[in-house]
Amino acid sequence: MNSVIPFLPLLLGALAAIVLRGWLRNLIMIVAPILGAINLMGMDHGVFWSLEFMGYALEPVKVDKLSLMFGYLFHLASLIAVIYALHVKDTVQHVSGLAYAASAVGAVFAGDLLTLFIFWELLALTSVFLIWARRTDRAYSSGIRYLIIQILSGVLLLVGLLIFAQVNNSLLFTHIGLQHEGIAQLGAWLIFFGFGIKCAFPFMHNWLTDSYPEATPSGTIFLASFTTKVAVYAFARGFPGEEILVWIGVTMACFPIFFAVIENDLRRVLAYSLINQIGFMIVGIGIGTALALNGAVAHAFNDVIFKGLLMMTMGAVLHMTGKINGSELGGLYKSMPKTTVLCIVGAASISAFPLFSGFVSKSMIMAAAVSEGYDVVWLLLLFAAAGVFHHAGIKIPYFAFFAHDSGIRTTEPPKNMLIAMTLAAVACVVLGTFPAQTVYALLPWEHNYQPYDVTHVLTQLQLLFFSALAFVWLNLKNMYPPELPSTNLDADWFYRKLAPAVVKRVASTTYGAYVSVENSVILSVKRMVQNSYDAEAGQPKGYFAKLWPTETMVVWVAILLVVYLLFYYLH
Amino acid sequence: MSDNHDSDGWFDKPENVKKMLRVFYVICGLLVLVDFMVHRHIYHDWENIPAFYAIYGFIGCVVLVLIATEMRKYLMRGEDYYDE
Repeated sequence: MNSVIPFLPLLLGALAAIVLRGWLRNLIMIVAPILGAINLMGMDHGVFWSLEFMGYALEPVKVDKLSLMFGYLFHLASLIAVIYALHVKDTVQHVSGLAYAASAVGAVFAGDLLTLFIFWELLALTSVFLIWARRTDRAYSSGIRYLIIQILSGVLLLVGLLIFAQVNNSLLFTHIGLQHEGIAQLGAWLIFFGFGIKCAFPFMHNWLTDSYPEATPSGTIFLASFTTKVAVYAFARGFPGEEILVWIGVTMACFPIFFAVIENDLRRVLAYSLINQIGFMIVGIGIGTALALNGAVAHAFNDVIFKGLLMMTMGAVLHMTGKINGSELGGLYKSMPKTTVLCIVGAASISAFPLFSGFVSKSMIMAAAVSEGYDVVWLLLLFAAAGVFHHAGIKIPYFAFFAHDSGIRTTEPPKNMLIAMTLAAVACVVLGTFPAQTVYALLPWEHNYQPYDVTHVLTQLQLLFFSALAFVWLNLKNMYPPELPSTNLDADWFYRKLAPAVVKRVASTTYGAYVSVENSVILSVKRMVQNSYDAEAGQPKGYFAKLWPTETMVVWVAILLVVYLLFYYLH
Repeated sequence: MSDNHDSDGWFDKPENVKKMLRVFYVICGLLVLVDFMVHRHIYHDWENIPAFYAIYGFIGCVVLVLIATEMRKYLMRGEDYYDE
């Protein structure tokens, strides 16, 4: 079959959105991801396009099961996000949204590191406009921070790939791993951290919690779908089975839930839970067996849909009420019943309720952890799974739609938003109920896994219901932390408060020292000038001031002759 | 489920909430009971503890919330902290 380069349909859609307006633009934007997905179906595995650049073989488009899976996912995600954004009359968002999706597709089909790097940076450049499109001061500075950190990730990748090109004489993107000799070791770690930043590793994660909640309601849907999942893909291809990833992943799965419990901005709660879900995927990649890797990519697939759904419902709340803080919301189920139900579907999916999508993928990772003997990891993941239900599954719907009545009366969001959310909700249920025919059919590695057995369903239900019981009990005992208008310190404090404070201090001390030195110099010059002028006589003091200019000249000539004479004899 | 009258949504009535919670408690109880009747596959020694998942889920979440509440004392700042 005739196929075109995978990212082309989305990119052309983005270009068309620049010039088209009205229903025609809407049509093109919906058609682009659909055509793109159909295009993928016709692609054969293998190198689709290769060329040579400065003596290196490049494969800008290479197709295999892993890249195809992410390809389908990104087309589905961009279709849903585009439908969600149709009512927005903002060319910036439409164009950058589609171009961003195209960059993500380009990145997962990149067969060499140079092409990957180009799309890696394009991801940052195209997506930052979705943050700036909010057009507030906070969004602007948040976007700048986002861009700096994303570009830094790209720079690390670039240095790493240059080292690799030098050592291996090849730029092809295959297994990289962390075990190397000499300088190649450095290159591997640089690439690892380049990926790690985009993946929101601990201490490198704040770009995500900082910027996603500041983006526009529809922009966040795009943002939550692509960047981090491209990084998960890159790890799955470049570093499968690296044990360090297990421990990094389990940290990512556990620590954000504490922040999520006390965070007030509900979209930031979801941003924290995004990190927590990526943690599960990273653990799967770190374990590196067929089951674990399948679990990781299946979970990435499902996460885009259910996290997108949750973000969409919160975006709808923000769009309709102008508020997103838990402390200001509540009781919305009365005026937004459909959104409430859709949000609960998303909550059930992320919490891994049986028959919802999270259940069929999260359980693969858990099963892999047990079977590979990672007992502590398994226990921590179980804790994280309970914690997810606690904050994303209960807290989000509870504080937005139930809790106390905030008095806000609004209506359901625009139709296109509801359609997009319904699409995602249906996908969550279908993926969760019929995994064998949907997401499992796409999995890249050979492995049979059956998520639905009595033991598994029972134990998962026990875990979830008793987590809910803990929520109910804490609430009845008034021990649940109330939603308060607040900012919680996180690792970004180091570069948003500490570093600027230190720089300010050093700069002001240096400047102060400079000013005092300057003043004392000026003062001493002034004093010298004053001392050398005789105000009574109206002329300068000193020997030369008494002489005529010709007399001064004679003195200097005499001195010059003496010096000349001295040198003459010394020589 | 919801009607358009403002203050009398289904969840605004305490008796409705109570009813719902009672159903919820019953389900929790049943889940523990079923645990003793169904033969579970055991992948891990810990799972031999009766109702292990229920206990773990409950305790895990309580500990989570208590630690998070404690964290607030050190981490919480004003809403405009970074804008000042």
